Amino acid sequence: MFDDANIIVGLEIGTSKICAVVGEQNADSTLNIVGLGQARTLGVRKGEIVDAAQAEECVRNAIVEAEQRADVEIRSVYLGVTGGHLRGFNNRGVHPVVSADREISEDDVQDVIKNAKAINLPAENTIVHAVRQHFLVDGHDSISNPVGMLGARLEVNMHVVHGNTNRLQNSVRLVKGLQLEVEEIVFNGLASSLAVLTSEQKELGALVIDIGGGTTDYVVYADGVIKHTGVLAIGGDHVSNDLGHGLRVPLSRAEKLKLEHGSALLDEDLKGRTLTISNELGLPLKTINVEHLQRIMSLRLEEIFQIIASDLEQAGLTEYLRAGVYLCGGGSRAPQIAKLAELVLQMPVSLGQTNSISGLTSALDQPEFLTAIGLAKFGSLKTRKPKRKWPFGNGIKGTITNFLRR
Amino acid sequence: MNTNTETPTVATESNTMRTIKIIGVGGAGVSMLDTLDMGEFAGAGLVAINTDGASLAASTATMKIHLETKLLRGLGTGGDSERGQTIAEEQFSTLKAACAGADVVLIITGLGGGAGSGISPVLARAARETGALVLAFVTLPFQCEGNRRQHQAKQSLDQLKAVADGVICLPSQKAFKLIDENTSVLDTFRITGGLLMEGVRGVWQLLTRPGLIQIHFNDLCGVVRDRHSESSFAFVEASGAGRSREVVEKLLAHPLLDEGRALAEADVLLVSLMGDKDLTMAEVNRVMEQMGRHCEHAQIIMGAAVDADLKNRLSVTVIAAKHNTASITTSNATTGDQRGQVNPQGATARSTSPNVATAMTLDSREQILARNASRPRKAQSKMRQEQLPLAIISKGRFDKSEPTVHKGEDLDIPTFVRRGVALN
Repeated sequence: MFDDANIIVGLEIGTSKICAVVGEQNADSTLNIVGLGQARTLGVRKGEIVDAAQAEECVRNAIVEAEQRADVEIRSVYLGVTGGHLRGFNNRGVHPVVSADREISEDDVQDVIKNAKAINLPAENTIVHAVRQHFLVDGHDSISNPVGMLGARLEVNMHVVHGNTNRLQNSVRLVKGLQLEVEEIVFNGLASSLAVLTSEQKELGALVIDIGGGTTDYVVYADGVIKHTGVLAIGGDHVSNDLGHGLRVPLSRAEKLKLEHGSALLDEDLKGRTLTISNELGLPLKTINVEHLQRIMSLRLEEIFQIIASDLEQAGLTEYLRAGVYLCGGGSRAPQIAKLAELVLQMPVSLGQTNSISGLTSALDQPEFLTAIGLAKFGSLKTRKPKRKWPFGNGIKGTITNFLRR
Repeated sequence: MNTNTETPTVATESNTMRTIKIIGVGGAGVSMLDTLDMGEFAGAGLVAINTDGASLAASTATMKIHLETKLLRGLGTGGDSERGQTIAEEQFSTLKAACAGADVVLIITGLGGGAGSGISPVLARAARETGALVLAFVTLPFQCEGNRRQHQAKQSLDQLKAVADGVICLPSQKAFKLIDENTSVLDTFRITGGLLMEGVRGVWQLLTRPGLIQIHFNDLCGVVRDRHSESSFAFVEASGAGRSREVVEKLLAHPLLDEGRALAEADVLLVSLMGDKDLTMAEVNRVMEQMGRHCEHAQIIMGAAVDADLKNRLSVTVIAAKHNTASITTSNATTGDQRGQVNPQGATARSTSPNVATAMTLDSREQILARNASRPRKAQSKMRQEQLPLAIISKGRFDKSEPTVHKGEDLDIPTFVRRGVALN
């Protein structure tokens, strides 16, 4: 049995599956994955809970499995959240340095961060993350720690992710109903990017796209900080739904066809290829044109990338992504998806893998689990003794704990 | 014969103000007039006109005119508008005297009965002859009140349109949206009367309160003239912090605007905002922005005024009007070609009346409409591209979830359907 104090659990309640990753923090603050539990989800649509009773049962199953695998008792989790209501934007706080010698003190830094967080949000929304980007001293950009510098005007850029309070609380309450503490809520896209990107890639600039069952979350890093986040409430479910509609087959069958014969790009020798699906007795039910299947799927995935591309273009970030694009999530399993993404985004695209975490057998290094692994990593970054200050700042913790106490 | 129970006292408190007379005609008109708040309408001459002495006796109006002839034998018009008209013609000079000195005459009446339908058009003509601008607020009867009253009301409305500067018309039938199974008849009439009076109040405020952005009476008449059957109005009030948002919500839910549909169809829209001294430009802007959004094609006439008495309330009057070519031709025709046309049914009554010119029967109306139908109606041909209901695309498992909308596209609908990719 491990010492419970070092156990960190990431829990992702996804649209298609629930995944709980148990990590153990080593003495040198690295994270060691010791167990993983998962369960198929019921009662979640587009990343949000629609049937709490069903979803609760599924979460319980995943947690129980993770406890057995890791042989620990899970008391608290870092909970991943997503949903179409989440929004990310950049905000700037300004603070004049008033001390006589114009030296910027720790208090000035706290004040400017406070200013940056004074955001005019809709009343029903709460901040999920407020991540510090860079400081500006008298207009000079890219200063990561201004304490001790001289200047008259201190500014800070923040990336703020916010969402509807009630909808965020739904999953928090569900987890609390299982007698588990929620340490923090974390945006799924952010967790995935933590698992996938190395600090070098963050510095160069990278885009992580997590194509899940119900939502597609994406995060842009540049110059080592988060520049942009987005949630698109479209995912693998939509592909299955499109197939069900287009091929006139039930949803469960469409799901199966997607996994067995789907492709993000049309295969070359498709012309006239057909499939015969049969019922449980082996009698042929229907003939399906594979070309149609792949075209429907390809169009949907293409559209997802197009929407992301236009969003990034609007944010003016396309030029910053020198490390390229990383795909993860169950959707990234679709054959040739990286090629399709390359065609749309005009950038090198690869499938994301986590390499910064030890103890991971190849069975666990799957694109579906990256979010939950990232959640555990987020937790380990939060709990380790800070040698150097974690760039998310103290404020975020306060924000979230306050939020959870409500 | 006629008995002026009180001498006409035209109260003109301030000389800068227009002299306005509000005249209630007939049983409905008089009782609606009584519901007016005397304090608010100080300065207006309130006049009650009826053929029925009992209803006048109960009225609180400052001036009462009892029209009576031997013909009626003290029994009122008996619901016959021709009797009402005859008697009004006889007493034309009295009516004219009642309107004398007014700049604006507001006629309030319920059409369908004898007095209201018969007297109002004549009164409107009398008021016009004294040089006043005439605006009529009328209710049309409920459908259950029967064909005869409907017919009478329609006739009278056509006559009113021909002579008045503007007619604002409230079909009582619309009040059905406001009442439930248990609403008493009395309450129902009170509701319809109340709605009409809100309109009067709105116009009254429009005319009397100092406007920051003035709406001229001409603007008002321009909006309602020749569009009577299609003009609808609403008066709403709200107070508190979110008042500008609240008034817009109320307007869009207003039964008289068909839950906002009347706004979308309107050609001309008159919006008048009243607030206390705290009325902010942002509030005015917010209301107008919403209005503009809901009626993109309409010409919008806007006014804003300040009234300290409103105390934190914001009141908005909206008059929406739609062009109606048929009613324009009708009103032209009544004054022109129809002069001297004698109708066999109403011949006896009308021969005694000098008002043949404006009198109009259903037959003559039908003739005009038939003539209209035979020539191509260019003015009406404002083509609007109708959207056909498309085949419903099932969203499958996302049918009941919140739609994912991106730049106006519902992304839950399969991509290949939205892009029109054919599968065969």
